[in-house]
Amino acid sequence: MTDSSRADSFPLHRRDIAKQIFDSGGENLLIVTGLGSTNWDFTAAGDCERIFPLWGAMGGAIPLGLGLAMARPEKRVLVATGDADTLMGLGSLTTVAVQMPDNLTITVFDNERYGETGMQATATAHNADIAAIAAASGIPVTGTIRDQEEMDTALPEVLEGRGPAVFVIKVRAEKLPFVLPPKDGAYLKDRFRIALLGDTGIV
Amino acid sequence: MEWWKDIYGALKAADIKQVVFVPDAGHAKLIDACIADNDIRTVPLASEEEGIAMLAGAWLGGQRGVLLMQSSGVGNCINMIGLMRTCRFPLAAFVTMRGQWHEFNPWQMPMGQGTEPVLEAMDVLVDTVDDPADVARQSEAVLHRAFIGMQAGALLLHQRLMPVKTFGD
Ligand SMILES: Cc1ncc(C[n+]2csc(CCOP(=O)(O)OP(=O)(O)O)c2C)c(N)n1
Repeated sequence: MTDSSRADSFPLHRRDIAKQIFDSGGENLLIVTGLGSTNWDFTAAGDCERIFPLWGAMGGAIPLGLGLAMARPEKRVLVATGDADTLMGLGSLTTVAVQMPDNLTITVFDNERYGETGMQATATAHNADIAAIAAASGIPVTGTIRDQEEMDTALPEVLEGRGPAVFVIKVRAEKLPFVLPPKDGAYLKDRFRIALLGDTGIV
Repeated sequence: MEWWKDIYGALKAADIKQVVFVPDAGHAKLIDACIADNDIRTVPLASEEEGIAMLAGAWLGGQRGVLLMQSSGVGNCINMIGLMRTCRFPLAAFVTMRGQWHEFNPWQMPMGQGTEPVLEAMDVLVDTVDDPADVARQSEAVLHRAFIGMQAGALLLHQRLMPVKTFGD
């Protein structure tokens, strides 16, 4: 039997982790969030033009980050997304492992829930292990982070290690107040491109 | 059956850097040419919808990419096309058609027949080419409309362009 309520008492709080990553990342870090809580977490950490926060496109955060990482090999690209978003696009882990972008880090904020839709348990509340799936997909650097000490140890690897890497961060299943970025996708895209590419980002 | 060279030429002229695909036999030579080209990254996908999201990421990073797939793959993309429309990302997809003309496999029929209506339902501009002599111009046009006109579009490569496939009957 698995205990599908265990995530209610995981020690790590998602907003703290997002803030820690965002604050340590600096100007070179480009961030793609999945839909749902990771969007609100990174908006709370510091809504800015270097974040591309998804409001939809479930299953798309990882491949979107891959396309970006391949286009900008000199930048570190961080995908921060949920366990359900990752599960919907598991095949994309194999695609990442074929391309091997060394500047791509994927952090899965694993609350073991479909958080946005009412906290229903996902497969990771049962027997699915996303870090193991990533490793079996051929991702060279994988790990599961369960407490602050493990997070602190992994942080340099998350931000500067040779990727591609997938870190599953087990975070408490908690429903937090919304902190929303702008929702006009065309605006989010354009502000990101202009910040990254300067005038050539304007079409 | 050399029309694939016209698509390749159009991709080069449009400065395409990422070619993402789930293969179809109709695209095989084009895919091989892209793989052999050191200036293009070719990406085999697990599912076509990943390709849509990848092209959004490529554009965010300042690169142009295209998606190659067969008509069945269009069905795998529909929700992700919403990303392109909402954010007004450019999209250029080259779709080899099945279920259209001299189709020997009934399992290809539903999505082949559904390809155009579902793309249009998602506001993707659809063109069809069935004459090899037109492939060059139409490929250029679909790329121009995506990356200069900032639209989402697909070029359907009519089954008439492909050799008639059978399993021996
Ligand atoms: C294709 C699709 N199916 C279902 C939904 C509804 N939906 C929105 S968020 C979500 C769950 C997201 O869970 P997860 O990625 O784990 O993020 P969390 O909110 O738990 O952080 C679902 C199922 C959707 N938006 N798109």
